[in-house]
Amino acid sequence: MRHILSILVENEAGALSRISGLFSARGYNIESLTVAPTEDPTMSRMTIVTVGSDDVVEQITKQLNKLVEVVKVIDLTDGNHIERELMLVKVRAAGKDRDEMKRLADIFRGNILDVTDKSYTIELTGTGSKLDAFLQAMEPGVILETVRTGASGIGRGERILRI
Amino acid sequence: MQLTGAEIIIRCLQEEGVEYVFGYPGGAVLNIYDELFKQEKVKHVLVRHEQGAVHAADGYSRSSHKVGVALVTSGPGVTNAVTGIATAHMDSVPLVIISGQVPTHAIGQDAFQECDTVGITRPCVKHNFLVKDVKDIAVTIKKAFYLAASGRPGPVLVDIPKDVTQALAEYSYPKTVSLRSYNPVTKGHAGQIRKAVQLLLEAKRPMVYAGGGVILNNASSQLTRLVRLLGFPCTNTLMGLGAFPGTDPQFTGMLGMHGTYESNMAMQHCDVLLAVGARFDDRVIGNPASFFRSDRRIIHIDIDPSSISKRVKVDVPIVGYVTEVLDEMLKLIESSNIRPDPAALKIWWGEIKEWQRKDCLKYDKKSALIKPQFVVEKLYELTGGDAFITSDVGQHQMWAAQYYKFDKPRRWINSGGLGTMGFGLPAAMGVQLVNPGATVVCVTGEASIQMCIQELSTCKQYHLPIKIVNLNNRYMGMVRQWQEFFYGNRYAESYMDALPDFVKLAEAYGHVGMKIEKPGDVEGALKDALAQKERLVFLDFITDQTENVFPMIAAGKGLTEMILAEEL
Repeated sequence: MRHILSILVENEAGALSRISGLFSARGYNIESLTVAPTEDPTMSRMTIVTVGSDDVVEQITKQLNKLVEVVKVIDLTDGNHIERELMLVKVRAAGKDRDEMKRLADIFRGNILDVTDKSYTIELTGTGSKLDAFLQAMEPGVILETVRTGASGIGRGERILRI
Repeated sequence: MQLTGAEIIIRCLQEEGVEYVFGYPGGAVLNIYDELFKQEKVKHVLVRHEQGAVHAADGYSRSSHKVGVALVTSGPGVTNAVTGIATAHMDSVPLVIISGQVPTHAIGQDAFQECDTVGITRPCVKHNFLVKDVKDIAVTIKKAFYLAASGRPGPVLVDIPKDVTQALAEYSYPKTVSLRSYNPVTKGHAGQIRKAVQLLLEAKRPMVYAGGGVILNNASSQLTRLVRLLGFPCTNTLMGLGAFPGTDPQFTGMLGMHGTYESNMAMQHCDVLLAVGARFDDRVIGNPASFFRSDRRIIHIDIDPSSISKRVKVDVPIVGYVTEVLDEMLKLIESSNIRPDPAALKIWWGEIKEWQRKDCLKYDKKSALIKPQFVVEKLYELTGGDAFITSDVGQHQMWAAQYYKFDKPRRWINSGGLGTMGFGLPAAMGVQLVNPGATVVCVTGEASIQMCIQELSTCKQYHLPIKIVNLNNRYMGMVRQWQEFFYGNRYAESYMDALPDFVKLAEAYGHVGMKIEKPGDVEGALKDALAQKERLVFLDFITDQTENVFPMIAAGKGLTEMILAEEL
């Protein structure tokens, strides 16, 4: 099953490699990993999307907690949560494609950030599956370049991750 | 007053009460060595290879419950130390390793003797630090000692670039340190403890399974009291030997791959299992699926939450220091007038006694060749079971574990987790230094001993009267045994050809060497060696080449699928 782990970690050199090293050393999957400092610059927040049985995810959580620099770990998929990912896609936008691309971007509530006479760069935010759906809606060969951030997540309502 | 980084390091070690630093100098640590030279409080032990430094610090720690300290230089100094660090990590031994690093401006430039120490050691330490500012040295070393010894102990490495050891800073050593991200749960959950006690009191076929955690946390007396109070059978893991007295009638012997028949059978057939400071590893429970029984309840006490339900699902997990949790359990049991059903216990003990009748550790005592088991038995008798025994890895390690009965904790020093050949001799050096006057014996084999044999020189320099019992069967015995059992007797590269003359070798290093070839000479030689209180004696016992370790559970098999000696 897919799990989204939210991790508060000391914003120190090497913390990221400790965490990614843990996943590779113990053979756990990382589907995506995002990290950036929080409002408190001494701490970073990481979102890791992983796939594993409940037992495996329990071990991952325990092993993460064991790392000295990890402050807190929660599994967002244990409760209601919001998940967003940002994608930038550069697409061919010439001739008949040009209007079609604009329409498709509008349907998916994307923004066109950059325009040339041959291409559009579209910004799209949403769940991973929405971004997948957008890419699938493209005609093959239209996509020139894709970059995705991986998922970031936060609990709904009163559910708060902080120290 | 301002001090240099190197002075600060030495002050910190003094502040921590460090008696011995095991190490080897080199370019990046010259400033630190210069400061060591200028004082006498912290004594330095010069090893002959950095692996030996870390093993020696490790043996020092295991036999004394103090934090062991090693000091190595950058690059190859560190890479040589890695085996020692990984060994300590697998067995949760508290160490602080200080390593030199190239100057900060040279980091990343592929400088001479540069390596990414923090990167290389990251997966085999509890934590590590690179200190880039002289102002951070004191607090980092304080953190290192605190992290190494608290929670589930382990090695902590502090990497210090050469320019940082030269730079100046005000020195003050923090009295305490706390990390917001590190708060091990030390006190067991009261409700879980009550539940556990209730299960224990209702048990009809109970079993206690105690591991290295009991020894690391100094919980042997609590464990012993609890087991005796309840009248339960108790087994120890390889790492736990001595946690419960080896000569106690309630002790059923070691369990696992080379454990006793009765311990393994009782583990499989019990209805309530109390696991204390043990982790159900693959050499104990080779096959979790066949170990599973729906009618067995498992209580697991451990300081490390990630050790719980990792390989074997448990019913009552209790996270905390085993000492504290066992104290709480004892309080509850002692204040209750309920005791386990004596009739049920009697039947259960009857079953165990039946298993014990297999006499699974018997071996041929009439052989014209020296049986390795016989050497260990004699060693046990002649030392009154009171020696510190270190070992390397392989058959000799198992025989030492099976035939030497450890009544006290911290007397059995071996590399259980990583299985490091070459551990025994350097570890014995640390043990001897922290236990001067004690009998320290390294039980080893002719293959293992050669992996760190250079430390014979260190033993000479520091007058360490270790007794080396070399069970010499001219084979990497355990490899040979597996090849005999599972590879159709194809002994690929397991024969030790071109062995040195160990007697001459010992003598060349300035020690006493003895070669023993007949069973009748074993006792005399051991007596003779043990009487030489001031000398290191290398006893080269030429043993039966074909002897195997029994019982044996093949890798991945269930606990009851034991191969016994007579079945072959």
